[in-house]
Amino acid sequence: MSAAAPQVTELVTQLLEVVAALAAAPLFLGWVNQCRAWLSNRRAPSIWLPYRNIRKLFAKDAVLAENASPLFRLAPYLVFSTMVVAAGIIPSMGTHLPLVVAADAIALVGLFATARVFLSLAAMDVGTAFGTLGARREMMVGFLAEPALLMVIFVASMISSTTALPAISEHLVTQSLGLYPSLAFTAVAFTLVLLAENARIPVDNPATHLELTMIHEAMLLEYSARHLALMEWASALRLFNYACIGFALFVPWGVATGAIGPLGLALSIPVLGLKLGVAGAGLATIETVSAKLRVMRAPEFLATAFLFAVLGLLVHVLLKA
Amino acid sequence: MPVGKWWDRAQEVPGAPHVRGLGVVAEEWQQAARDVAASGGRLLSLWASQEAHSPMRHTICAAYWIDPGILLAELPVQPECEAPAYPGLEEIFPAASRMQRAACDLFGVRSSDLDRRPWLHGGSEYDFLRVEGEGVHEIAVGPVHAGTIEPGHFRLSVVGEKVLRLEEHLGYVHKGIERRFTELPILNGHRLAARISGDCAVAFSWAYCQALEGMAGCAVPRRALWLRALCLELERIANHLGDLGALGNDAGFAFGLAQFSRLKEQLLRAIDAALGQRYLLDAVTPGGTGVDITAQSAQALAASISSVARESALLRGIYEDHSGVRDRFTGTGRLDPQLASRLGVLGLAARASGQRLDARVDHPCKPYDEHPPVKIVRAEGDVAARVAVRFDEVQESCRLAHQLLGALPDGPHAAPIGYPAAGTFGVGLIEGWRGPVFVALEAGHNGAVHRCHPHDPSWQCWPAIEHAIIGNIVPDFPLINKSFNLSYSGVDL
Repeated sequence: MSAAAPQVTELVTQLLEVVAALAAAPLFLGWVNQCRAWLSNRRAPSIWLPYRNIRKLFAKDAVLAENASPLFRLAPYLVFSTMVVAAGIIPSMGTHLPLVVAADAIALVGLFATARVFLSLAAMDVGTAFGTLGARREMMVGFLAEPALLMVIFVASMISSTTALPAISEHLVTQSLGLYPSLAFTAVAFTLVLLAENARIPVDNPATHLELTMIHEAMLLEYSARHLALMEWASALRLFNYACIGFALFVPWGVATGAIGPLGLALSIPVLGLKLGVAGAGLATIETVSAKLRVMRAPEFLATAFLFAVLGLLVHVLLKA
Repeated sequence: MPVGKWWDRAQEVPGAPHVRGLGVVAEEWQQAARDVAASGGRLLSLWASQEAHSPMRHTICAAYWIDPGILLAELPVQPECEAPAYPGLEEIFPAASRMQRAACDLFGVRSSDLDRRPWLHGGSEYDFLRVEGEGVHEIAVGPVHAGTIEPGHFRLSVVGEKVLRLEEHLGYVHKGIERRFTELPILNGHRLAARISGDCAVAFSWAYCQALEGMAGCAVPRRALWLRALCLELERIANHLGDLGALGNDAGFAFGLAQFSRLKEQLLRAIDAALGQRYLLDAVTPGGTGVDITAQSAQALAASISSVARESALLRGIYEDHSGVRDRFTGTGRLDPQLASRLGVLGLAARASGQRLDARVDHPCKPYDEHPPVKIVRAEGDVAARVAVRFDEVQESCRLAHQLLGALPDGPHAAPIGYPAAGTFGVGLIEGWRGPVFVALEAGHNGAVHRCHPHDPSWQCWPAIEHAIIGNIVPDFPLINKSFNLSYSGVDL
């Protein structure tokens, strides 16, 4: 077997992961929305609705505020591309990814932060009250969520002695099926961070039409057409990415590890689909049974996430598990 | 002078029971208001009109809610461009301010009160009161909102997320309803009345017909009165169910919206099956009702009402056990009883703030004197209290609807009605789901309407929101606003 063969597989894996993320992110969002509708006894919208929405928006003419700076126009592309890059370094199907050398898990948190900063700047750019309000709340949520997310990643890094996400994943898969109590705590912390970072209930309500209560939606109020399409797609990608980070850290089984050929890769696709299906239903359940928190309660919520992550760390240090 | 003296001096007015009116002179105008306030009375409505025979002579009228009944005071005024035409009542009844400004917009008669900003025709140049200081900024919301709701502008002055001051500006759906009445035959006005604020269709059309029937001396058949009360209670239940769902949704609890929407739709379909209309827009007609119910469909309706009552009680359990929902509702948007009384709030919002006011009990018309409802009162005055009052009223109205269906008298459901004589004046007062709906009606020549003033309790409740929001956080405003759920169309006229 020539040395070039695994490299081709790696490249294919890399390409497949990014394409899969781009294609499947709106589907995942559609699935979550469908589950939410079913859980509240409503007839669900089509699972393809997010795609139709994006296609519709791309076909429209963009309207820009008169005083919008180039930053406002640039932000959708920046936010979207950071999410695509992030999708490239998260091992959703295989752990051998050529892009991994570019960024580890900590850089990944930085990527998300970059997207947030540009989104918030763009929201404040036009100078409407709602954009500024949303940006302010987003930064509040962000600066509380990031430490919790970092703490989650540190626990996993300490277990596997590396900060590269695919390596962590591979380490966890290849270990005998040992239970890590520390990971149980961090999984809870990660779920809370995921809810907060993706503008889900109980921190934000993605379905709201009340402009005064919005966080994420308020920042997008001034966007239209292709810009809005990219923003919507980017937030679908962010949710998808977060779900895949969760899988990589807490349920890595089924990911193609090592120099496994096309068969292993092909096998990892249905596994990923299954995981996403379960995660989407779980997310919808959490959202259905909870009401939205007062904005002022968001810090408490994220402090809980941080606390769980620290507990995970302590458990790891004390029990070496 | 005690308020009883004014009452004794006044003459009976046809229409709603226990209404009396008297003419006053400028010196007595404020004194009468002061005496009413001292006796614990409320300002029910304030409006201006032109005299039929000489268009340059105007009158300004006030309706007061006092213990023995409704007292009307009428003051003749001269419209003048600069000088105030009559002494204002804002200091005695704060709610009078906007009514006086609206009367000035429509008839050019200005009160002596300081706030002279136009109310109905404010436009975009409206002069809001600014809050200044370190870190204070304004958030302008509306009149176009992110969701599909009625237009209204809200100017919030905030520090961070905390609201320092809210100022409302309405008038965006001013469409000349009062003028439109004068272009209609008086026997057709009930249809327009029902459409003033679609969610109070029965209350407005009944109040209009009550005034008209009193003026024309028409004896409404008992069956019609029972049917009207049934419609009014059904309207109350349907609106409360809709609001309870929307309140859940505004707290981010979409499950509540889905369940209550389903329940409301079930009720609307049952109403449609029994009475032939979903929203009962043309249920009340002069002299009777436009709908009737057969014994068979009455049974089916009663069964639907029972199931609504049962399911609503179940959902109440879910709302009350849900920690997230409770956290959002409790203590939010508090309007304490003292303030509610000072502001002269009426209806559901008043009852949630400890005000024992319900026209069905205090000034009952038939059939409420024979089937009195229980007053539902809460003292807390927060969103949770307004939710609790709605839940209790759903149960109470279901009980009442059963009673009315059971005691439905036989006989015709409509009586012939003639035209009232030109110049006769009548009043209607019906407790709608939001509060007391008041209609003042004056007949013109040849079966026309000379003047019709429909009054929605939202006039008194809108200013209360400005107070209830203070100290709350910005994202709670939609929830507080929804807990009042006031009418825009009903006050913009």
